[in-house]
Amino acid sequence: MFKTLLKQVKQYKWVAIATPLCMLLEVLMETMIPFLMASIIDKGVNAGDMGHIIKIGVLMIGTALIGLAGGLLGGCFGAKASTGFARNLREAMYNHIQTFSFANIDKFSTAGLITRMTTDVNSLQMSFQMCLRMAMRAPASMICALVMAFSINAKLSMIYLVAVAFLGVVLFFLIRKGSGLFRAAFPKYDELNASVQENVSAIRVVKAFVREEEETRKFKKASNNIYKVFSKAEKYMILNGPLMQLTVYTCIILISWFGAKMIVGTELTTGELMSLLAYCMNILMNLMMLSMLFIMLSMSLASAERVSEVLNETSSLQNPENPIMEVKDGSIVFKNVDFGYNTTSEKPVLRDINLEIKAGETIGIMGGTGTGKTSLINLISRLYDVTDGEVLVGGHNVKEYDMEALREQVAVVLQKNVLFSGTIYENLRWGNSEATDDECKQACKLACADEFIERFTDKYDTYIEQGGSNVSGGQKQRLCIARALLKKPKVLILDDSTSAVDTATDAKIRKAFREDLPGITKLIIAQRISSIQDADRIIVMDDGEINGFGTHEELLETNAIYREVYESQTGGSGDFDEKEAD
Amino acid sequence: MAEARPAARPMGPMRGPGGPGARGMRGPRPKIKNPGKLFMRVMKYVFRDYAIPYIIVIACIFIGVFASIQGTLFTKTLIDEYITPFLLTPTPDFTPLAKAIGRVAIFYAIGIISGYTQNRIMINVTQGVLRNLRDELFEHMEKLPIKYFDTHAHGDIMSVYTNDIDTMRQLISQSIPQMVNSVVTVISVFISMVILNVPLTVLTLVMVAVMMFCASKTAGNSGKYFLEQQKNLGTVNGFIEEMIEGQKVVKVFCHEEENMTQFKELNDNLFVSANKAHTYANILGPINAQLGNVSYVLCAIAGGALALSGISGLTLGGLASFLTFNKSFNMPINQVTQQLNSIIMALAGAERYFNLLDAEVETDEGYVTLVNAKEENGKLVECEERTGRWAWKHTHQADGSVDYVELKGEVVFDFVDFGYTDEKMVLHDIELYAKPGQKIAFVGSTGAGKTTITNLINRFYDIQDGKIRYDGINVNKIKKSDLRRSLGMVLQETHLFTGTVADNIRFGKLDATDEEVVAAAKLANADAFIARLPQGYDTMLVGDGANLSQGQRQLLAIARAAIADPPVLILDEATSSIDTRTERIIQESMDRLMHGRTTFVIAHRLSTVKNSDCIMVLEQGRIIERGTHEQLLEEKGKYYQLYTGNAIGA
Repeated sequence: MFKTLLKQVKQYKWVAIATPLCMLLEVLMETMIPFLMASIIDKGVNAGDMGHIIKIGVLMIGTALIGLAGGLLGGCFGAKASTGFARNLREAMYNHIQTFSFANIDKFSTAGLITRMTTDVNSLQMSFQMCLRMAMRAPASMICALVMAFSINAKLSMIYLVAVAFLGVVLFFLIRKGSGLFRAAFPKYDELNASVQENVSAIRVVKAFVREEEETRKFKKASNNIYKVFSKAEKYMILNGPLMQLTVYTCIILISWFGAKMIVGTELTTGELMSLLAYCMNILMNLMMLSMLFIMLSMSLASAERVSEVLNETSSLQNPENPIMEVKDGSIVFKNVDFGYNTTSEKPVLRDINLEIKAGETIGIMGGTGTGKTSLINLISRLYDVTDGEVLVGGHNVKEYDMEALREQVAVVLQKNVLFSGTIYENLRWGNSEATDDECKQACKLACADEFIERFTDKYDTYIEQGGSNVSGGQKQRLCIARALLKKPKVLILDDSTSAVDTATDAKIRKAFREDLPGITKLIIAQRISSIQDADRIIVMDDGEINGFGTHEELLETNAIYREVYESQTGGSGDFDEKEAD
Repeated sequence: MAEARPAARPMGPMRGPGGPGARGMRGPRPKIKNPGKLFMRVMKYVFRDYAIPYIIVIACIFIGVFASIQGTLFTKTLIDEYITPFLLTPTPDFTPLAKAIGRVAIFYAIGIISGYTQNRIMINVTQGVLRNLRDELFEHMEKLPIKYFDTHAHGDIMSVYTNDIDTMRQLISQSIPQMVNSVVTVISVFISMVILNVPLTVLTLVMVAVMMFCASKTAGNSGKYFLEQQKNLGTVNGFIEEMIEGQKVVKVFCHEEENMTQFKELNDNLFVSANKAHTYANILGPINAQLGNVSYVLCAIAGGALALSGISGLTLGGLASFLTFNKSFNMPINQVTQQLNSIIMALAGAERYFNLLDAEVETDEGYVTLVNAKEENGKLVECEERTGRWAWKHTHQADGSVDYVELKGEVVFDFVDFGYTDEKMVLHDIELYAKPGQKIAFVGSTGAGKTTITNLINRFYDIQDGKIRYDGINVNKIKKSDLRRSLGMVLQETHLFTGTVADNIRFGKLDATDEEVVAAAKLANADAFIARLPQGYDTMLVGDGANLSQGQRQLLAIARAAIADPPVLILDEATSSIDTRTERIIQESMDRLMHGRTTFVIAHRLSTVKNSDCIMVLEQGRIIERGTHEQLLEEKGKYYQLYTGNAIGA
């Protein structure tokens, strides 16, 4: 795990190595300072030796300057290494996600990927910086101080060893207990956030049912719960401070007492006693630092795991060697295709699919939810790989094509489609970055999007908000279709892409397809019979299998499912937008 | 003290920009307006609810500083009064020293106890203030008009709860006590220094000024870049969110390369500002620490010269003490400067918090209320118990007389004009009349204004001109909560809440019995699928009911409306592709729900439209045709076109 992450340090390797070294320099200089101070007092001030004060003073300023240089460089390097590391991580993750197949994305879920790229990376950046700057500094400073203390007086310094051991053990247990409680408390925070989220997005329901007071009551209860669990967890954590004070003060008292006796016994000088006392603070502060470091690291461990999981994921779809770059025509063949999203699940989503579609045909696909319509068409542009059998487009197995080339020539308008923030032109040019304005307009005309675009004040330069929130559902769908048309594909797949478009416009779009795009193979998934009944042939899906395949008239006669749906939609209970005049 | 929490809470699976201070803040926000005022306002919250504990905390800080100064002085006493004399006597008596150590131990104990007390109280103050901040914000948010939610990014609202309140936590729990501690220390040490020697104090102050200057320069830069970093972080997170959400589309369009380039650019911007922000923050510590050392040396040299030349009466022992004080004078200044960044961030957070808290709430000047009613001697009177009959209690403002009007569900629109903004009207001259129990259907293309009309009946938005009357009463006079209670709503997008299935149904009526819940579920055809769930009615729903199918969620929404049993219903039929079988079940339960109620329905289904008492055909915010199905077919207008599919231009 750490190897995966550390690989991303890349160009910041040297800075990352230099940081702890600079910190080491700073620490060494810092340890010198109390030593020099003692000298100023002992030999300078107390002895009244001005020359010594100046000499050591200059030495001390020099030491301070070197320490300053170390500190400054360490600070710069540390910042650069850690923020650079975060940048590389984000970039590596983002680029890696681009190679993910649909199956990979499904595995992590989009929300999961977003959290990993934002929150987790931030927490890693902080930990990394802490590691670089503190992991070396704190122990080094502690050891230096201990060494100095021992060199002054080994017997007295034993007190420090005992103190360090005592504090270390107690801190360890405190932190373990406390962080356990914290970890248990954090999900409560998530719950609270979820409830805010819920109330923000469903505010209409809350208001419609006049539930404001009840929701506030619920929220306050949850909020008070957090108050309780966090107060409890922090109760352990705050013991740190007093404990630290207790140890320091005990040390001071012990050293003073035994030190005084030793001075009397001429085993120690006054100046040395002062230095020993100065190191006391230093040693225990650094121990404290170290414990903080452990807390930080243990907390970001989960983040590290989650990030490296993404980085180590291999895409389930790989490009073949010597891929075919050109799709010859829009013919599609399914040979004994089985497919399941999860190879271990018992029942595949698609079973034994055999299909032959000629180039230029218009094929309607219908069936209830969960019957495998979307799964079927996802195999054509190789968004997923078949479990068994093969799918051929333009006479070749889809696995033989370059994936990008295949997807350029098999355009899919997804069921859950999105527009991106940017102008309409920019969105359209996702289909073809070189498309001219006229080509864009032409595509919009075919998709019947031109009429409403022309009504916008900025026309094609209208800015689409994130997720297309400023256009209606039907308008969004038409823009998505136009975007797909700009690819000039050999195969066009519409996955329920006109559900929010009114019947009249839907009919107009289909007419345009029929008349202006005769060469393109068109696959249309729809719930409304009217959207597909004029197709050349219609596939009826049922429970992962093809239940019927034929023209509208044939299916009406032979296929029970088709007939039932047709009757329900044209009889009294159909869709208002749907009825066609016969 | 050890703070075991990471700077910001990881937000788990929540949507929206996450991480420390990550937010959808798009516009540049380089400076905080009125930092002093914001600070005072935050403090007001602390003192309002926790005045006494906070004062005790401050008192503890005083005691702590006092105890630690006693500790510092002890070193001097130890050497001057005990050890040095010991060296002069051949058989030193250690009893006075033991007593002195005992005395200082008491001081230490006081220090430890006050430190603990301070921290212990601080937990309650911090967590309590946080709770109150959250609670107040939530309570306020629930009162905001729908318009606020329609015009503000939900991610931004969320981030106030997750990030901004957290930055305020740091301010209250760490920065302020730290500052108080530092100020107290600085003042007491300063007094001690002045007593010891004035010229050296001046020298120390000059060095402090230099330190402060450097610190404010670096901290200012650091703060500037931190704010910039937050902005860039928001942009990057926004980009990640948008693109990962649309990742499947990205793949289908082979847009990976372009996105990588774009991402790299944003990511690099973030790196530049983050690097600068952290660099400035990192170098602040070393600069101050070493300047402190320089100050120490300068004092030692100057003090040595003074003491040796005998001017200004400085003794050598005094100089030793002074140098100790010099050290303890620089330390707190150092600590304060370290807190500057958190303070800047906290104030930026506080600003956003108060912006949300100051947003204007939904006003309600309605005074007509909904009461239980029964008939006595042919007259309607108010009663306590639930009778199944309801009346509007209309207290006339002029003379205080009270009228009771039975709740029937008659709704009238009189020449209503409406626009989401005053400049652009969405609805024009809407006129409609619904008798109790009638079904009114709205049809028309997307954007014609169907949803908008339904938003007006329950006053999610207020109209610009005209009147809406409910049982003859202008809706503006009816208390909003009572108005909405009398209107049921089933929206196209079904939102469910975390809780059990029964809780979700009970959403419509808080005190509903288990039997009522089951009855409502049965009416909505939801009983069958609920029975099949692992824990039946006690099955927990999470994440907006993600474990249910779309159809099932819709059935629950219908049950939720059914249990409220409102006389008037607003329905927005789903266009979503639900398969025919589920659709039939939903339709059946919708029909049952509509039975006997005045219903406004945004219709997509033929049967709904056909059975309506009146169909309103909307186009560009106007009703262009109205009548029954048969009448409209005869008119051969827009409705006919829609119905027959022989639309425009075909």
